[in-house]
Amino acid sequence: MKGLPLLSLLVFAPWAGAALLALLRRASVRTARAIALVFSLSTLALAFVAAAGFDPARTGPQFVERHAWITALNVHYHLGLDGLSLVLVLLTGLVAPAALLSSWRIERGSRLAGALFLLLQGSALGVFLALDFFHWFVFWELSLVPAFFLIKLWGGPGATRAAYQFVVYTIGGSAFMLFGFAALYAATGTLDFGQLAQLAADGTVARKLAATGGAWPQAVFLGVLLGLAVKVPLWPFHTWLPPAYAEAPTGASMFLTGVMSKMGVYGFLRILWPIFPGPLHQAAPVLLWLALAGVVLGAFAALRQTDLKRMVAYSSLNHLSYCLLALFAVAAATGGPRPAAEAAAAALSGTLLQLFNHGLSAAALFHCVGVLEARSGGRRGIGDFGGVRSAAPVFAALCGVALFSSLGLPGLNGFVGEFLIFRGVFGLAPWAAAVACLGLLATALLLLTFWQKVFHGPRAGAAAGEFPDLRGTELAPLVPLVALMLVLGVLPHLLTQFFNPLVTAWAGHLLLP
Amino acid sequence: MSPALLCLIPLLPLLAAGVGALAPRGGRTLAAGAAIAAMAGAFGVAVFALLTTLRDPSAHLTYNFDWFDLGAGTVRLGWLLDPLTALMAVMVTFVGLLIFVFSTGYMKDDPNAAKFFCFLSLFAAAMLGLLVANSLLLLFICWELVGLASYLLIGFWFHKPEAAAAAKKAFITTRIGDLGLLLGLLWLYDSTGSLLFYDGGKGVLEAEALGTLVATTTAGGLALSTAIGLLLFCGAVGKSGQFPLHVWLPDAMEGPTPVSALIHAATMVAAGVFLIARVFPLMAADLALAAAPLHALSVVAAIGAITALLGAVIAVAQSDIKRVLAFSTVSQLGYMMLALGVGSWVAAIFHLLTHAFFKALLFLGAGSVIHAAHHEQDIRRLGGLRGPMRTTFVTFAIGMMALAGVPFLFSGFWSKEAILHAAHGWGVSHLPFYAGLAAVVLTAFYMTRLVAEAFLGAPRSEEASHAHESPPVMTVPLLLLAGGAVGLGFLGTPWWPWLQRTLDPGFKSEPGGAGLMVTSIVLVALGIGAGWALYGRRPRANATAPDPLQARAPGIVGALAARLGFDELYAATVGRLSAGTAVAADVLDRYVLDGLVRLLARLGQFAGLVNREIDEDVLNAGFDAASGQLRDTGRTYSRAQTGDAHGYLRFVALGFVLLVLAVVMGGTP
Repeated sequence: MKGLPLLSLLVFAPWAGAALLALLRRASVRTARAIALVFSLSTLALAFVAAAGFDPARTGPQFVERHAWITALNVHYHLGLDGLSLVLVLLTGLVAPAALLSSWRIERGSRLAGALFLLLQGSALGVFLALDFFHWFVFWELSLVPAFFLIKLWGGPGATRAAYQFVVYTIGGSAFMLFGFAALYAATGTLDFGQLAQLAADGTVARKLAATGGAWPQAVFLGVLLGLAVKVPLWPFHTWLPPAYAEAPTGASMFLTGVMSKMGVYGFLRILWPIFPGPLHQAAPVLLWLALAGVVLGAFAALRQTDLKRMVAYSSLNHLSYCLLALFAVAAATGGPRPAAEAAAAALSGTLLQLFNHGLSAAALFHCVGVLEARSGGRRGIGDFGGVRSAAPVFAALCGVALFSSLGLPGLNGFVGEFLIFRGVFGLAPWAAAVACLGLLATALLLLTFWQKVFHGPRAGAAAGEFPDLRGTELAPLVPLVALMLVLGVLPHLLTQFFNPLVTAWAGHLLLP
Repeated sequence: MSPALLCLIPLLPLLAAGVGALAPRGGRTLAAGAAIAAMAGAFGVAVFALLTTLRDPSAHLTYNFDWFDLGAGTVRLGWLLDPLTALMAVMVTFVGLLIFVFSTGYMKDDPNAAKFFCFLSLFAAAMLGLLVANSLLLLFICWELVGLASYLLIGFWFHKPEAAAAAKKAFITTRIGDLGLLLGLLWLYDSTGSLLFYDGGKGVLEAEALGTLVATTTAGGLALSTAIGLLLFCGAVGKSGQFPLHVWLPDAMEGPTPVSALIHAATMVAAGVFLIARVFPLMAADLALAAAPLHALSVVAAIGAITALLGAVIAVAQSDIKRVLAFSTVSQLGYMMLALGVGSWVAAIFHLLTHAFFKALLFLGAGSVIHAAHHEQDIRRLGGLRGPMRTTFVTFAIGMMALAGVPFLFSGFWSKEAILHAAHGWGVSHLPFYAGLAAVVLTAFYMTRLVAEAFLGAPRSEEASHAHESPPVMTVPLLLLAGGAVGLGFLGTPWWPWLQRTLDPGFKSEPGGAGLMVTSIVLVALGIGAGWALYGRRPRANATAPDPLQARAPGIVGALAARLGFDELYAATVGRLSAGTAVAADVLDRYVLDGLVRLLARLGQFAGLVNREIDEDVLNAGFDAASGQLRDTGRTYSRAQTGDAHGYLRFVALGFVLLVLAVVMGGTP
């Protein structure tokens, strides 16, 4: 294994697949699909290799590849993998092929679609593995390009507007982040995440930024915050999300929610928290309220949606806001009088689990809505169906597991993450946990309404006529996702073992410089 | 028996649920066979466990294990064996077994019967897991799974919109209570660092933790144990159908009748009572603080008393056989909470056990009637079933007398007597005691009415006139349950309180109570007499004849028949609030936030426009030329944006190659 650049392989294998697809102009639809799937699955295979060789007890990055790149700017090609990255790489390995399978039936331009999916996958992996801002940001921005075309070219009727809004909004946020990092670079002379975190821990970053005087230190922090907040998204920077998720083709929605939404939370954990612990601590009380707004208002807004995809999109906002809630609660308590390492460890473990679990359940739910769309000639209103459970019991059962996983039913994966988040947040900011309970209630109401209207009652609407049960490529992405929901609900340590020492270390250093 | 083996009790039915889930659509025999065999096995283990505990009833045998590592610590779960667990497990497995057997007859013609037995087994597994849990977290997990099983079973006939709606209502209503339970659990976890009940001195129900919880004061001057206890009680209010969250229980009758018998009468709804009995040391801890502004148990007693009375009052005016029984369940659960609240948790569990038998009996009897009368459930349209359905009638009458508290022979009399006795001795207030007495009269009254309307007189509909006795697979469980409804009472009489002493070795039967016993016998006689006078003496002539009680007090009976408008009240308040919040959140997003974003975009465009004007009109020509150059560049770029995705892809591929080259060449130091 030694000497093999495992992480570079992880990142560039999908891109190699994309290049291959671009070159094979004469490839048949079948070949194109097969190539795309094989290269997409490479991530899962390589992630297993990485997991097998991964030593959870070491909390620093592993499988490190570091080469001087642009020496004049002190930029390095620097990849590394720790518990956080590993969880997200595994998730990407699962969701990306599932999304591809879900779009299996795209006839028009399936070669291009496959290439764009692979580009997207490689960019996301780059984000999760890059440890130098320079190419991290390249991956971060590059991921927008294929996402834009996937939405615009294969999306619904409002796709063009949604795609533009998505890209312009996100780039707008990123511009502020770029500015923030330019200032950081000017102050510290490095763009390496590890070095920046070290400089932040001993107070150098804060001191050097303060030397610029005026409101600059705050502006730098806010710039980086804004870039990440748009990506997750943090309420109220989320208005691009419902149209983008709703108008995107099913597979792209799955990837957007399953993987790309995690990039933002990853940025919070990898960049904002380590590099700006002080400013984040100061801003945390306000940010806590914003995360709470995402939890509660996201769930209630979802209740109001009639378009099933918008509904799942809003429930994604709700679920990801739990992650931010936990992180901000930890940041707010950092340096506080009360040693809260245990609660912080719970909150952060819950966040990581929630990232993975939400990836599984939201991707599965988008896939299910996609199946409904495919069966009904593109309809996906909540009132367009009825009694689907009578017509397609297997579909109903699998979708039901995904719904109950999403609403946090104990015994399924969603519960463990949410329980740990609530356990942690309660220990750090009890009132926030109490308010967030409203979100739990609204989510239950929302998902059961979905289930009742679409699957129960007499067969009606698009399900009144012929409505076959799931077939091969519809079943294939759903079964592994649902199986994992069941397994991880009972055996969460399959996942937590990878990051528990890391999270313990994080929770043990809740000191401000 | 080692407590580690306790896991067999829930795991056997869980296995059967797995078999049922994988059974083909027509695999009724396989699924039912697995369910019944597993339940019988679990019953055997439970009996064995009971025998173990009888050797030393005061011991709490535990087996704790690690679930997963969290931070520097570990999340631990465990099993617990004590008389409370063992007695409950024996009851649930025995009653469950009989109901499973009954179901093979009742669901004979249902095409989805295999799924039915799968869900029943899942329910049994969750309920039994809840009983043997030695961790509040594990209990909560099972508690929610019980809720899931209940959801699936209420909505078993999901093609009926009412069943689907009732299932959702049950899940959401109980979840409201569950959020309280969750918060209480989190608070307990945060303040003690553990959720194990018993853990060699470090558990949350043991002296050390309780001492800390009582000594800490929190918001409103409440002891921490009071606050946590009240939050945990919220969960019990939801699950056990207590006022004000009782509204889901009557609707839950949309499920097949064996479901009503098993989970909405005998076992699941008792989970709330069990929870409070399990954490009783925590609930009662604040009694040591004489100066506390509020004791958790006082709230429990008040809610129990209100529920006992409320359920009984509403039951008087219901005309659906299952709804009468549903409200009587609400009322009887209120009695149990009342007993817990006044400090006699053993009386509560005694009543829970007897109630499980006679209420399962009554529901299965109702099921037998409904099955025979082709799904006619309106007692006004039944009648005259005494002749054709002899076994059902006799066993139903036994159940009715047990529920009404007919003296000496029937178990309900003894357990209710124990509760009234405890309520009478409560030092805080006598109001719950009087509420309990009033509910005694009402219970006797409405049960007499039910039996008279359903079984006496002549058949009042086509369906009722064709009724015939159910097959032995349904009547034998009735007979066995009737045996329990009679015999169980003798385990807890004041002269030989075996059950009480087993549950609580420190139990002392207090002398006296003869006067109280006479009072309640008189009240029962009063209730049955009134019921007989109104409904039994002269049975109604036809289905549309006016109800004698309604003729006398139409307003009150009408309000009661409408269940005192709780559903409408909740729809008008909580329902509208939630819908309103949803509208507000949506409007905020669509118009305000998105509007702001659009406004920003417009401002950007405007700034561009102004900038251009300034450029062209104010600044010098050199700048003009420069901006012209810029515009040209933009045009050139826009020409590159052909919309031809192949073109883009080529550039991306090119970029990729360049990147790789850069890595390779720049990578060498």
